[in-house]
Amino acid sequence: MSAQPTPGQLLDADVIAELHAGAPGPVIEAIDVSKRYGRNEVLSGVTFEVDRGDVKAILGPSGSGKSTLLRCLALLEPIDRGEIRLDGQLVGARVAGERRIALPERILAGQRSEIGMVFQRFNLFPHLTALGNVMLGLTEVRGVGKREANDIASTMLVRVGLADRQRFFPSELSGGQQQRVAIARALVMKPKVMLFDEPTSALDPELVGEVLRVMEELARDGMTMVVVTHETGFARDVASRVLMMDEGRIIEDLPPAEFFDAPRSERTRRFLDAVR
Amino acid sequence: MDLQLLLDALTSKALREGVVVTITLTIVSFVAGLVLALGLALMRGSRFRAVRAAAWTYIWVFRAVPTLVQLLFVWNALPQLIPALRGPGFTAFIAAAIALALNEAAYAAEIIRGGLLSIDDGQRLAARALGMRPGSVFRKVVAPQLVRVIIPPTANDFITMLKLTSLASVISLQEVMAHAQAQVSITFRFAEWYTAAAIYYLVLVSIFMAAQAWFERRYVWTSQGADRPRRSILGGMGLR
Repeated sequence: MSAQPTPGQLLDADVIAELHAGAPGPVIEAIDVSKRYGRNEVLSGVTFEVDRGDVKAILGPSGSGKSTLLRCLALLEPIDRGEIRLDGQLVGARVAGERRIALPERILAGQRSEIGMVFQRFNLFPHLTALGNVMLGLTEVRGVGKREANDIASTMLVRVGLADRQRFFPSELSGGQQQRVAIARALVMKPKVMLFDEPTSALDPELVGEVLRVMEELARDGMTMVVVTHETGFARDVASRVLMMDEGRIIEDLPPAEFFDAPRSERTRRFLDAVR
Repeated sequence: MDLQLLLDALTSKALREGVVVTITLTIVSFVAGLVLALGLALMRGSRFRAVRAAAWTYIWVFRAVPTLVQLLFVWNALPQLIPALRGPGFTAFIAAAIALALNEAAYAAEIIRGGLLSIDDGQRLAARALGMRPGSVFRKVVAPQLVRVIIPPTANDFITMLKLTSLASVISLQEVMAHAQAQVSITFRFAEWYTAAAIYYLVLVSIFMAAQAWFERRYVWTSQGADRPRRSILGGMGLR
C-alpha cells in the first residue's frame, strides 16, 4: 500500500510555534457539567480541564458517558448544568443573572469551528472527494476562496499520507484512509483543541496503526487533544493524563504510568483487568 | 387503421399546439409542487406539534381526494368561494397548474421526507462540528444526498404528472387530449387520433427517461463516475 502517513509534522510551522508559545493554562474546561436524556443522567457533575498541549485519554465502559462528554465539549449537545470554557471564555451558553441561556445556532456554529471533532464512524461526506471533504469547512465556514482552500486541503492530505487519494470518494477509501481524511478535515480549521471519539474502534485491526501514528504526530506537534479510546497502548504512550469514566463521572485522573500500574479505584482496576 | 390519417394526426397543428401546453403544464405544476413539497417535508419534521399536524393533514387530504375532483374543485368551486378568481385572468391553465401542483406536493412531500430520514445523522453532526450554519449544512451536505435518493421516485412522479395533465381536458384546457378529443368528435376516427395522442405521450416519456438517466449519472460518487464511458440510450433507460 502506498498510502502510509509520512513521518513529519502535520501542522504548519507557525501554528506549531503558536501552540508552543501560547500562555499555559487550560484550553478547554468542563466545570460541573451535567446532562440528562429524559430521566437518565448521563453526565453527573463532570469537571476537568485540558492544558495547552496536553493529551487526555478517556477510558471507560460503554454507557459511561465518554461520548456524550465529548459531544458536549464539541457543543453538539446542550448541557443541562455547568459550564464549558474554551480559552477561558464561556461557550455554548450565556449567563443572564442566575439563568443559563442557550446561544443561537449561528453563534454556536462559530464556536464549534474552533473545536476539531473526529468521529468513530468517520462521517465523511459521501458526495465529495477526499479533497472536497477537507475543503468544505474552509470555503463554507472560513470564507476561504476555492483555489486557496484547494491548496490548504491538498497540503494537509499529503501530510496525513493521502497524496495519491485526494480525488477519491469516501466509498473508495479504506477505513484508515477515511479516518485520516476526517482528521485532515478537522485540522485545516486550525482548531484550538481536537476531540477524538473512539477514532479507531470502527477500523479493521491492521488499519488502526496508520490512524494512531497520525494522532501521535499531532500530539508531538503540540496539539491539545481529548481522546476517548479503547487503545490502552496509545493512552499509555501518548497521553499526558488518563481519565476513567464510570456512570457519568470521572473516577480517575492520573498520569499514564500511575493509571495503568497503580490505579486508585477498585472500579478502574476491574476495568483494566477486563480490557487487558 | 388508416396510416395516412395517423400520420396527418401526428403532424397536425392541433396536436403540436396541444403538446406545448402539456409540456408547459407538466413542468410548471411539477416544479411548483416540488417547492411546496420541500416545505411540507420540513414541516413534517418540525418540533412544533401544530406545524407537523398541519402538514400531515394537507398530505392526508390531497392524497385521498381524486385528482379529477381537485381539478374540478379548483376550476369550478374556487371562484364561487373566492370572488377575486371570477375574472377572465383565472384561466383553465392556471386552474390546472394550481390543482396539479397542490396534488403533486402531497406525494412529493412523502418522497422528500423519506429521503431526509435516509440520510445518516452523522452527516449533519459532522457538518455542524465543522462550524457550518444550518442553511449551509442543508445546501452543501444534506441536499446533494437528498437529491440522489429521491431521483428515481421523483422521476416516477414526473411521469405520472405528465399523464395527469390529460385530466385538464375536462376543464377545457387545450392540451394533447383535448385536441385529440375535439378531432375525434369531428372525424369519428377514434383509433387514429387516440393512437397519435398516445404516441406523443410515449415520445415525451422516453425523452424524459433519457434525461433521468443522464441526471442519475451525475450523482454517481466514484472517481470514475464523471468520465465513465457513456452507456447506450437503451442501457441508460434501464432496458438493457
